[in-house]
Amino acid sequence: MDGEADGTVAVSEDCDPSRRRRVHGMLKLYYGMNKEGKAAEEMESLDPCDINGPHFDPELYLNKLRRECSLTELMDQETCMVKQIRSLDSDMQTLVYENYNKFISATDTIRKMKNDFKKMEDEMDCLSANMAAITEFSASISGTLQDQHAQITKLSGVHTLLRKLQFLFELPARLNKCLELQAYAQAVSSHRRARCVLQQYSHLPSFKGIQDDCHAIMDELAQELRQKFRDGGSSAKDLSECVELLLQLDEPAEELCDKFLSHARSRLESDLQGLEAEIRPYPSASAVKDASARRLLSTAGAGSPTDNSPKTSTLPSPTSNTDILEFIDRGCNEFVSSLCLVITSYQELFINHAQTGELATKNIPQMANGKLHVFVDDLAARYFSLVERRIQEEKGVGDNSLLVRALDRFHRRLQAVAKLLPGSAVPNKGTEIVVRAATERVKQYLSALQSFYMDSLTDVRQALATPRLSVAGASVAGGGAHLGGAASGRDAPTSLPELLSSLSASILNQIKSVLASVHLFTAKDITFSNKPYFKGEFCSQGVRESLVVSFIKFVCQSSRQFCESAGDKGGSTPPALLLLLSRLCLDYETSTISYILTLTDEQFLVQHHSPVTPVTSLCAEAREAAQKLLNHYVKVQGLIISQMLRKSVETRDWVNTIEPRNVRAVMKRVVEDTTSIDVQVGLLYEEGVRKAHSSDSSKRTFSVYSSSRQQARYAASYTPSAPMDTNLLSNIHKLFSERIDIFSSVEFNKVSVMTGIIKISLKTFLECVRLRTFGRYGLQQIQVDCHYLQMYLWRFVSDENLVHFLLDEIVGSSAHRCLDPAPMEQSVIEVICERG
Amino acid sequence: MEDDAPVIYGLEFQARALTAQTAETDAIRFLVGTQSLKFDNQIHIIDFDDENNIINKNVLLHQAGEIWHIGASPADKAVLTTCYNKTSDSRVVSCAAVWRMPSDWETGSHESPDDTAHNPQTLELLCHLDDSVHGNAACVLWEPMGDGKRVISLADNHALLWDLQESSTQAVVSSTATLEGKGQLKFTSGKWSPHHNCSQLATANDTAIRGWDLRTMSQIYCIENAHGQLVRDLDFNPNRQYYLASCGDDCKVKFWDVRNVQEPVKTLEEHSHWVWSVRYNHSHDQLVLTASSDSRLILSNMVSISSEPFGHLVDDEELSEGEDNHQDDKSKEPLKDSVVSTYEEHEDSVYAAEWSSADPWLFASLSYDGRLVINRVPRALKYRILL
Repeated sequence: MDGEADGTVAVSEDCDPSRRRRVHGMLKLYYGMNKEGKAAEEMESLDPCDINGPHFDPELYLNKLRRECSLTELMDQETCMVKQIRSLDSDMQTLVYENYNKFISATDTIRKMKNDFKKMEDEMDCLSANMAAITEFSASISGTLQDQHAQITKLSGVHTLLRKLQFLFELPARLNKCLELQAYAQAVSSHRRARCVLQQYSHLPSFKGIQDDCHAIMDELAQELRQKFRDGGSSAKDLSECVELLLQLDEPAEELCDKFLSHARSRLESDLQGLEAEIRPYPSASAVKDASARRLLSTAGAGSPTDNSPKTSTLPSPTSNTDILEFIDRGCNEFVSSLCLVITSYQELFINHAQTGELATKNIPQMANGKLHVFVDDLAARYFSLVERRIQEEKGVGDNSLLVRALDRFHRRLQAVAKLLPGSAVPNKGTEIVVRAATERVKQYLSALQSFYMDSLTDVRQALATPRLSVAGASVAGGGAHLGGAASGRDAPTSLPELLSSLSASILNQIKSVLASVHLFTAKDITFSNKPYFKGEFCSQGVRESLVVSFIKFVCQSSRQFCESAGDKGGSTPPALLLLLSRLCLDYETSTISYILTLTDEQFLVQHHSPVTPVTSLCAEAREAAQKLLNHYVKVQGLIISQMLRKSVETRDWVNTIEPRNVRAVMKRVVEDTTSIDVQVGLLYEEGVRKAHSSDSSKRTFSVYSSSRQQARYAASYTPSAPMDTNLLSNIHKLFSERIDIFSSVEFNKVSVMTGIIKISLKTFLECVRLRTFGRYGLQQIQVDCHYLQMYLWRFVSDENLVHFLLDEIVGSSAHRCLDPAPMEQSVIEVICERG
Repeated sequence: MEDDAPVIYGLEFQARALTAQTAETDAIRFLVGTQSLKFDNQIHIIDFDDENNIINKNVLLHQAGEIWHIGASPADKAVLTTCYNKTSDSRVVSCAAVWRMPSDWETGSHESPDDTAHNPQTLELLCHLDDSVHGNAACVLWEPMGDGKRVISLADNHALLWDLQESSTQAVVSSTATLEGKGQLKFTSGKWSPHHNCSQLATANDTAIRGWDLRTMSQIYCIENAHGQLVRDLDFNPNRQYYLASCGDDCKVKFWDVRNVQEPVKTLEEHSHWVWSVRYNHSHDQLVLTASSDSRLILSNMVSISSEPFGHLVDDEELSEGEDNHQDDKSKEPLKDSVVSTYEEHEDSVYAAEWSSADPWLFASLSYDGRLVINRVPRALKYRILL
């Protein structure tokens, strides 16, 4: 009791829910339901004084209480415990009551269930009995119906068979009817349906008969189809239908391919022949006659509108009647389009169609494809050869756009073939043709440029020749034509720069127009312009190198040839032309070449994949040509004057000449010519630098110089005692003067050119004088002549000392070669010279 | 080294005529003829002492007139021909004559070398090659390698073949050839071919070169327009019978194969004025000497058209081991036609140049101011040709 009381005391100190759980747990314990909880409780329960623990020892607890607590506390403890015991009792009573109620209701439920199950069992028994009855009924019904069903099935089978048979028996008639109505497709499909059956039962005579009939009809049909196939007139659609049917009729595909292609070939060939016929008519004599006859007629019937004959003659393709665009157009429209049609229908028939059907198994697509390729290649090759022939006839360079458009169309149309026939080499070959045509065209342009250049040179030549003639004519005609002659005479020199500028302008224009024409090949809207060839090689190698650079090289080359070919004969090229060309080449070197090349590069966006000729080397070439031409000009002009001087010295008897009264006419001529050369050169070349001299003093300087020196010389030379002195004097002089190169290179200016010419002339004079022997008056004449030359020539040269020196040498040499050297008084010489 | 330097000799007079003493094969000796209208003309005998590099001169008087051309007999050292101008009655006539040097010219000069100017000996006239009918003589040509009995003189448009008889004291025209055509044709120069048994002659007139057969005295070939202007001189290749060199007023030197006269085999354009003289070296025909009025003398090495286009052919057996290196050097260098050297010692026009007859590596050139220059082929080239 104490123990229980203690426990209740402890419980009462707890809160309510925990107390209830504890109670619950103890109940569980009691029923042995909670084994897990033990361990937890063992911790608490080790204490024997724990009133709630399992090891509670009431004796120990009581002793402990008695020992530790006072009386009051014990009293309190006792009341507390009593209270707890009381509450525990009530709790237990409540629990027992509750559980009892539940048990009672559970027992009621179980009893009720027992009753229900019994009822259900009865119902189930009833059901199974019903089911057995139903099964029995059903079996009996089906047993009765079975016979009728078998009959019906049999009857329907017979019915279908009969219908098939009917179809078979009607087949020949039906086929015939189809044949009559030309409903070939229906006939073929009918026959296809019957074919197997007939084949299977062919051992039966009746079926055999039908089969034979059908065969006969189908043969006839096939025949008819073939006939139709063979007929040229049928349209492509019809044709493809035919082929389709024939294929279904088990005609060998290969044969059909061949037939189809050969049929197509004949049609395409007629196209090709049409094209060929357009090339064929070469301009035979009769055609020309016709044309001329027509022209005659047209002139007779004045104003009749047959102006197209001159137009066509200006058109640069006289070889054929139609122009190339028309030709290509026709080729495209007729040949290429029908070729495309053939390809499509062929592919439709033999390749695409066959791939779906049972034919695919027989490798027919491959076979057909192969055949098609061969066919297309073959025909295309012929077409290409025709086109190429036609293009080759396109020699003229009048209108490039026509050719480009033609080529474009040609190329464009071939793309269709490329699309239809992916693996074909045709488009590539077409591109090759275009490339060839383009390169050919570039070549033609080059030669056209070259001939244009040569023609313009001829024009220049003529222009140079005519005014000179008129001058001569005027001088011959005398006073009457004087005004006109003078005018034309003045025209001749002034026209030189104009000629140059017009020449270079026309060449430049021509180059530009050629570039523009060639540029059409790379225009954006042209299909082949985006081919790598036209983007790269055509621009750099084709246009830049083989057109522009070649032309410039040609210009230089031809200029050089002028120097070489004319070298020996001297006079074949007019010197003015040499001068003009030299200036032209020099202009090319300074500006034109780089301008042209820049223009080309810009227009064609040249990307230099391969090495190209640099501007500098071209410029160097042009400069070299210019130099050569100018040197040659100097040489030729020097030679002309030399020739005059030489003849004048060689043909005269200098020993027995009379006392000089005049300057010899030839010297005046020399001065005149030199002056005109000076004017001529001055028109094209700058003045150049000369050593400073005053024009006033120059004449005087010479007279003093020459007189003093020459006097000294003559004095020495005709003083018998000292023959050495002369040589000494001149040798000393030579020691201090520079060596003169006579035929040396000149600079690109007037003074240098004139110096060169005068040097050559005077040196010739000197050498000729040395070969002659002079009398007294011979020497004096030379003195006069030289003085005259000095008066006029100094102004042309860069260094007047040069003229001094050479003339001095001439006079000195002639003094040496003089039998009786008595020089003329300087004053007399001057008087004679001034008198002219 | 030192002896490669040119040796210069000055004459007092102007001069155009130069020849080697052809018959002399030991001493290096040149003959120069002067041109003076006022004084007695002279023939200078120039002896060159190769070892000491000294020139010895002897002067002989040629009183007949100024000398335009001189030729030495190939057989007799003492015999020579000149073409000279004679003025009489204010007329100038060109004549040709055969002369003999006085036999003691050499001894006389050695005794008193300084006095030669005062007391020169005179040439002894053997005979005149005059034929006034035929006009003015331009040059006289000795039969090459002949016995000194035959000469050809070119006078205006005639070529006269003379036989010298009675030890050259009498000259008889044996045959003549005449150049016919429009205008006044005049031979300017000529050369007797050493080939074909000395039966051919080449002449130049104006721009044309003509070949003549001396047996028939008829023209065998003609190179029209051989030069753009006057042809000044000719020379035969001594080793290749059909090869001919010419030069002229177009500043060019051209080499011809007379079998094909359409185009020159080769053209040189090195001079800047008229070329007056062209000479093949007598033994090494790749060496060609040209003289020009641009005061220059040019020695060219024309290997490609020489008789030794591949250099001197050395037999392998002859090659000692030491020479192998040399052979290698030579094969490395390609043989090219080239200008060997340009000689600028002259101040005036050079009208004549000649190879020495004694020393094949030595040549003389003469300019109008009377300067004679003796030069040698550069040593390096000499060894390259020889080895």
